[in-house]
Amino acid sequence: MNYVIIGAGPAGVAAAETLHKADAESSIILIGGEGKPPYSRMAIPYVLTGKIEEDGTYLRKSDGHYDRKGITFLQGQVSKVDPGAGMVALEGGQAVAYDKLLIATGATPLSPPIPGMDLDGVHHCWTLDDAAAIASRAQKGSNVVLMGAGFIGCIIMESLVERGVNLTVVEAENRMIARMMDATGGAMLKRWVEEKGVTLMTSTKVTGVAASGDKLTVSTDAGNDISADLVVVSVGVKPNIGFLEGSGVEVVTGIKVDDRLRSSIPNIYAAGDVAEGPEFGGGFQVHAVQPTAVDHGRIAALNMAGRDAKYGGSLIMNVLDTLGLVSASFGHWMGEDDVAVMVNANACNYVKLAFNGDHLVGALSIGRTDQIGVLRGLIQSRVKLGAWKNTLKQDPSRIAEAYVACLHG
Amino acid sequence: MEMALVLDAGKCTGCEQCEIACSMTHEGASNPAKSRIKIFNFHDEGRFVPYTCTQCDEAWCMHACPVDAISVSGDTGAKVVSDTLCVGCKVCTIACPFGTVNYNPSSGKVIKCDLCDGDPACAKACPTGAITYTDAAATGYAKMEAWAAKTDAGAQASA
Repeated sequence: MNYVIIGAGPAGVAAAETLHKADAESSIILIGGEGKPPYSRMAIPYVLTGKIEEDGTYLRKSDGHYDRKGITFLQGQVSKVDPGAGMVALEGGQAVAYDKLLIATGATPLSPPIPGMDLDGVHHCWTLDDAAAIASRAQKGSNVVLMGAGFIGCIIMESLVERGVNLTVVEAENRMIARMMDATGGAMLKRWVEEKGVTLMTSTKVTGVAASGDKLTVSTDAGNDISADLVVVSVGVKPNIGFLEGSGVEVVTGIKVDDRLRSSIPNIYAAGDVAEGPEFGGGFQVHAVQPTAVDHGRIAALNMAGRDAKYGGSLIMNVLDTLGLVSASFGHWMGEDDVAVMVNANACNYVKLAFNGDHLVGALSIGRTDQIGVLRGLIQSRVKLGAWKNTLKQDPSRIAEAYVACLHG
Repeated sequence: MEMALVLDAGKCTGCEQCEIACSMTHEGASNPAKSRIKIFNFHDEGRFVPYTCTQCDEAWCMHACPVDAISVSGDTGAKVVSDTLCVGCKVCTIACPFGTVNYNPSSGKVIKCDLCDGDPACAKACPTGAITYTDAAATGYAKMEAWAAKTDAGAQASA
């Protein structure tokens, strides 16, 4: 059997290793497109702060890891998939044949349709090359404009502040991490970063960037121009699916996959940020988070190897450290009306729990690092809370006790 | 024979000697807040429950780690965090449905039970036999593992 995996991020690597475990005799080709060993984008912020070197981002650390696992790592950009011929075409003319194909090409950062996004000094923070470009411009005392205070923007924010830049963040939404935190949590984060010296402009759009000498001028719809040495763009991402045009693989937002991670074409699977897969609790979603990518990769690989592995659905979850304030979110907290809330604005402590009947279905947390994983456990085990629901409604901070009590009950 | 920590809530008196011993061993100071094992005190029921990582087979923490910082110890089977490789991203702390991997702000790394390389300090410190280190097959972890399996149907299929 010839297995080919396009994309060498966490989903692709997890799949390759699982294939080796499940079907050691087969050929496994893992294609990466960045001229680097498989690495983790999540670790890029820590390269920017100097906490790790580039090799600290590598997904696997030991020499010869892929060889030992029987995985052929191939560098190349895929230009086309031809399901009829069972071929993947690479830019430059090379073609790779597959019996079963996994698409784990992840996502690409978006640029807003405004002037100046192609100027020198305007960068995404998505690849190791981006990180190197940002590091060279983000020096102590540099003026930096960060477009976007979403999840990725907030991770980069921490790195930029640690590098000692003067930072202005411009966010189109009315709060930070709008898809991960509600208005109460967003306000708490806003005050926190402002107290750390960051200028945060919410409900504001950048209308264009222009070069003026060796500086950049950033214009906004708030009317003021901001001078900058560096502009970092983090306004969202989209699944990497351009090369699938004409292939017949069904795409909605991402590649539509069933509960075996199989696409509309039976011997083509998809995993990670590119896949629109089953969501825990029903429906289909692109959940571009690390745990989902790895779960997808493993389950897809088992099915590719002929096992029948059903995927239980992804739970959206995120954890974020914004200049030392840790926030986390799980599941469905938005628009739920049966909630319990605990706010201590002065201490930057916040818990919100969302219930559906006897079950926890979503949660937000700010300022807590202990035992936050139980929120996943409480939601995804579908534990009946019983009397603990009332206890949690009176004191939502008692999540760990609730989990242990239900577990040992 | 694989050894495991066996936690017997029925024998726990809530003395917290385990938390002190754990933090002394790992942090060099008595600091129960940084203990890898935690005693839950259910006042209303007069019940104490010792609680820590079960070194579960699913190993969500290990699989979720983006930088390969968590590995299985060949000696004990414990899932062990490498302080050198951990970048402090905290993804493992939300991926673990037991809440037994926690971020330690003072080190900028995550902490979890590592079975003390096969000689757990908590078990040695426990005066009532509520915490013992013994043959894994005889442990009460079956129940917790069943819970682990329920958390993510997909992960049950792991090879």
